[in-house]
Amino acid sequence: MSVLVFAESTSEGKFKKTSFEVTSYGKKIAEELATNLVVLSINASENEALYKYGAEKVLNVSNAELSSFNAKNYTSIIVQAAEKENAQVIIIDSNANGLYIAPMVAVNLKAGYASNVVEIPSSTAPFTVKRKAFSNKAFNNCSISTDVKIIGLAKNSYGLFENEVSGSIEDFSPVITENNLKSESIEQTTGKVTIADADIVVSGGRGLKGPENWGMIEELASILGAATACSKPVSDLGWRSHSEHVGQTGKPVAANLYIAIGISGAIQHLAGINSSKVKVVINTDPDAPFFKAADYGIVGDAFEVVPKLIEKLKEFKVNNA
Amino acid sequence: MKILVCISHVPDTTSKINFTDNDTKFDTNGVQFVINPYDEFALTRAMWFKEKQGATITVVNVGNASTEPTLRKALAIGADNAIRVNMEAIDGFSVAQELAEVVKSGEYNLVLAGKESIDYNGGMVPGMLASILDYNFVNACIGLEVEGDKATISREIDGGKEILSCNLPLVIAGQKGLVEEKDLKIPNMRGIMMARKKPLSVIEPVSSETTTSTKSFDKPAAKSACKIVEADNVEELINLLHNEAKVI
Ligand SMILES: Cc1cc2nc3c(=O)[nH]c(=O)nc-3n(C[C@H](O)[C@H](O)[C@H](O)COP(=O)(O)OP(=O)(O)OC[C@H]3O[C@@H](n4cnc5c(N)ncnc54)[C@H](O)[C@@H]3O)c2cc1C
Repeated sequence: MSVLVFAESTSEGKFKKTSFEVTSYGKKIAEELATNLVVLSINASENEALYKYGAEKVLNVSNAELSSFNAKNYTSIIVQAAEKENAQVIIIDSNANGLYIAPMVAVNLKAGYASNVVEIPSSTAPFTVKRKAFSNKAFNNCSISTDVKIIGLAKNSYGLFENEVSGSIEDFSPVITENNLKSESIEQTTGKVTIADADIVVSGGRGLKGPENWGMIEELASILGAATACSKPVSDLGWRSHSEHVGQTGKPVAANLYIAIGISGAIQHLAGINSSKVKVVINTDPDAPFFKAADYGIVGDAFEVVPKLIEKLKEFKVNNA
Repeated sequence: MKILVCISHVPDTTSKINFTDNDTKFDTNGVQFVINPYDEFALTRAMWFKEKQGATITVVNVGNASTEPTLRKALAIGADNAIRVNMEAIDGFSVAQELAEVVKSGEYNLVLAGKESIDYNGGMVPGMLASILDYNFVNACIGLEVEGDKATISREIDGGKEILSCNLPLVIAGQKGLVEEKDLKIPNMRGIMMARKKPLSVIEPVSSETTTSTKSFDKPAAKSACKIVEADNVEELINLLHNEAKVI
C-alpha cells in the first residue's frame, strides 16, 4: 500500500510550487495511514527537490514523447503508477492539467474523487475530507467510499511543510499508447506571473474607467511580483482579456494577498476570490460591499492612491532588499 | 450533427447559502434555480452549431422533477428536446454513469458540458463521462470548431491556451470564451411558448452506484472587521501588510 502524489513540472522540467504542496500533504496522509509516500514525476529535472517535503521514493518517467502534456497519456501513466505501487490514496493538484485528468484517473481506477479539498482528512475510516463548495460560500464534508481514493487538493490550502528525508529515485517506464488527441500549438505568455501560480494578485474593476488606465495596475503588480486580474464587466467590455476575469464564473483566486482596486465586491466576484488569505480594497465608496470582505481597506480614489502606493512600495522594496 | 448538452440545475449566483437538517442538506427555501452558467456557455455554442451547421440539440439533466423548469428554459433558448433522468444527483460519478447511458442510447458523438457546476464545484462529471464512454475529452474549453468528424478545440492552460485537434466522439467541458457573454440568449416569448410543446422525456436511472457522499456542510468562519487606512497614509498599509499580515 502507498500514497501516490503526482508532481507536475513545467515544460522546462521545473516543479510547480503546487507540486511541493501536494507532496507535503501526501507525506502527512502517508504518516496517518502508516504507509509510504511515492511521488510520480514526468520529465522533471530536479527530482531531489522533492526530498525536502518528504518524498521517500520518486517514480520518475523520462520519455521524450511526453515532452508536451497529453491528457490521455498522463491519465494512463498515473493509473499505471497507482497500480504498480498499490496506491490507496492519490493526490493531484488543482492546476489546469490536474483538474483535467483527475476525473479520468478516478474512472480508470474505480476510485472516488473529491476535488477542491482544503484540509487533511478529518477521519480515515470512513475517509472524510473537507472541500470547498458553493463557490467558496460553504464547505462540504465528503466521504469517499471506494478502496482507492483520489484527492484534488485546492491550491494554497495546505501550504508547504519541510520534512527532509533521504529519498531515492526509481525509473519508471509505463506503456504509452497512440491516441488521436493532438496538441497543435501552445500560446503562453512568458515572463508574466499567472493567476494560478501567483502569491499576490492585483485586480482592477470598472472603477478604473477604461483600459488605458491599466498601466498603474501593471506597474503595481510588477513591483509586487504579482499577477494581474480583473472583474467580469472589465473583461466583458474587452478592456482586459478573458483569462484575467476572476470570480464565481471566472478564475478562482487563492493567493496570499489579493488587492482589489475599483471593484465593488459583488457576491459573484467575492465568491471567486474569497479563498485568498489577505484581501485589500481600494475604493471611493465607503459602502462598497468589498469592505465587508476585506482585511484592509482604503477609502479613496484609485487614481490618487495607487500612484502613491507604487512610489512608497518602491522605497519599501529598496529598503527591504 | 447530434449534440447532447448536459444541464445542471443550480442556485442563482446571488443566492444566500444555508443548510437544514443539522447542516446536512442545502436549504432551497427562497432560492432561485438557474441553468448552471458554464452549461449555458455550452448550450449557446450548441445553438451556434445548430444555426450554422444544422445540428439537433438534446439537453439532459439528472435530477428530480423540480429541475424541469430549468430544462424548459434550455428548450426556450432553442434546444430541440430534453431528457430528465429521474434520480437525485448524489455524486459526480453516479451522474456521469447515467449520462453515459443517455449518450449510448441516443448515439451522440458530441457532448457539451460546463467545466463545473457552481453548487458542488465538483468539476468531474464531463471527464468521468468521457472516460466511461472512452470518448475524447477536453477540459476548460474556450473554443470549439467541428468539421465532419474532426474537432479543433482550444483549452485554457495556466498562463495561456492550447489548441488541440481530435476525432469525434468528443466530450468538452466549457467555460467563458467558448462563447462571449453577449452571445448568451435570453428566451423570448415565442421561444417560451414553443418550449411548452417540445418533448421532455423522463427516464429511470440504470444504476445507483455512488463513490462519494456528503456528510455535512460548514459555513466559513465569520471574519474580523476590515482595518481602514487613511488614503494619504499608504505607508501604513505597507507596514500592516509587511509586519502584521506578513504577505509582502
Ligand atoms: C451569473 C453572474 C455571474 C457573475 N460572475 C462574476 C464573476 O465571476 N466575477 C465578477 O467580477 N463579477 C461577476 N458577476 C458580475 C457582478 O455581479 C458585478 O456586476 C461585477 O463584479 C462588478 O464589477 P466591478 O466591481 O468591476 O464594477 P462595479 O460594480 O461597477 O464597481 C466599480 C467600483 O469602483 C468604484 N470606483 C469608481 N471610481 C473609482 C475610483 N476612481 N477609485 C476607486 N474606486 C472607484 C466604485 O465605487 C464601485 O464600487 C456576475 C454576475 C452574474 C449575474
